[in-house]
Amino acid sequence: MSDALLHVNDENFDAEILKSNLPSLVDFWAAWCGPCRAIAPVVEELAKEYANKIKIAKLNVDENPKTAGQYGIRAIPTLILYKGGQIAEQITGAVSKTQIENAIKKVI
Amino acid sequence: MTVDRDIIIIGGGPAGLTAGLYAGRSMLNVLMLEKLSPGGQVLTTHWVENYPGFPGGVSGFDLMDKMKDQALEFGLTIQSGEVVSIQPGGPEQDYHRVVLTDGELTCRCLIITTGAQPRKLGLPNESAMVGKGVSYCGTCDGPFYRGMTVAAIGGGDTALEESLFLTKFVSKVFLIHRRDEFRGTKVLRDRVFRNDKIEVIWDTVVTAITGDDKVTGVALKNVKTNEASTLPVDGVFPLIGVQPISDFVKGVVKLDDGGFITTNESMETSVKGIFAAGDVRSKILRQISTAVGDGAIAAFMAEKYMEQLH
Ligand SMILES: Cc1cc2nc3c(=O)[nH]c(=O)nc-3n(C[C@H](O)[C@H](O)[C@H](O)COP(=O)(O)OP(=O)(O)OC[C@H]3O[C@@H](n4cnc5c(N)ncnc54)[C@H](O)[C@@H]3O)c2cc1C
Repeated sequence: MSDALLHVNDENFDAEILKSNLPSLVDFWAAWCGPCRAIAPVVEELAKEYANKIKIAKLNVDENPKTAGQYGIRAIPTLILYKGGQIAEQITGAVSKTQIENAIKKVI
Repeated sequence: MTVDRDIIIIGGGPAGLTAGLYAGRSMLNVLMLEKLSPGGQVLTTHWVENYPGFPGGVSGFDLMDKMKDQALEFGLTIQSGEVVSIQPGGPEQDYHRVVLTDGELTCRCLIITTGAQPRKLGLPNESAMVGKGVSYCGTCDGPFYRGMTVAAIGGGDTALEESLFLTKFVSKVFLIHRRDEFRGTKVLRDRVFRNDKIEVIWDTVVTAITGDDKVTGVALKNVKTNEASTLPVDGVFPLIGVQPISDFVKGVVKLDDGGFITTNESMETSVKGIFAAGDVRSKILRQISTAVGDGAIAAFMAEKYMEQLH
């Protein structure tokens, strides 16, 4: 549980992510999803390594159906990278750290 | 030449974790490289009913957590890393180089347990529609299809099991199979036939996935009559088996026509000191129980190989 990793929800998504000055990466996940568990440590590591460069957050799709619905999440894990309130990159499924890093490098 | 490790295991599914447990218990200096976190394909399975020792079944998560903990107890080190290629042999034919996305490591012995991934239908827009209605994991994505209609494609155990799991959420599963009978085991076939949310479409293949932003349906062709039709669905779940993760060793060790690594009964590949175990290997039954057996043999043979090197 790193301090760098943020937990966002339906209430603060707008303020924390869409209105964020830094670009951000949101990991849409759920407790019952195996592949989400598989990439969780990678997301945590990236949150530490890229602290101050990108905001890395997790959103539980069960507890926050509004945001998950708004972005049409149909598969998890889905990682969405936002820049200036807009979707810049989107990754679906459990991918390697390198693939996520490449996407991060495109937005920072 | 000094090497970084005695044994490097690539991939932390059931085969790799078992190899790690055995090698660790033999006090060898062993490292596992895993690109995600350990667990492998089992993490995409909700409930495992056919792994011995667990009457009533066991959750895929719990089983893999326990396998990992048991391997760690015997000193296995697990490092996060993705292997992109290997260079076998060395000048004296006594060590191998493992190339990662972010560095290199050397070892005396390699055990490849990179497993397999879902096979794609091979339709042009299939990859683009992943996350927009196409999914290879009912267990992961089923809950997003609450009250909707989906198509599942396949006829093996995984297709039957995943279709049954999907019925917990969806209002209807069309199970599309290219033959007129299932390959899957009888218990699962019976459960599918008894389930009134599942409608089987026999002798049929999917020729297209329709929709732009999200899946709206599939185009079908009956392989016996050649009759074409369309079926409106919200989701498409191709469950047509697996393909090996072996591209990174193409041209290094011998592969079969399907790309699976060929080994003998001792898990030895075509290159000395390189072993393969689990789903990535050419074999007849890809299951947790067989992956575990392969892993044990690979570690045992790796140890024998090391002894002979000294
Ligand atoms: C949906 C589904 C349901 C199933 N249900 C059952 C069941 O009920 N009972 C049963 O016995 N079996 C079941 N299976 C099959 C079982 O999961 C596999 O046979 C088993 O997981 C194979 O183990 P493995 O260790 O060979 O490979 P995998 O489990 O595939 O593990 C391979 C590991 O290697 C890693 N890896 C791959 N490439 C690299 C790389 N280049 N660098 C580093 N790491 C890498 C992967 O991330 C992965 O963690 C099911 C499979 C699926 C997909």
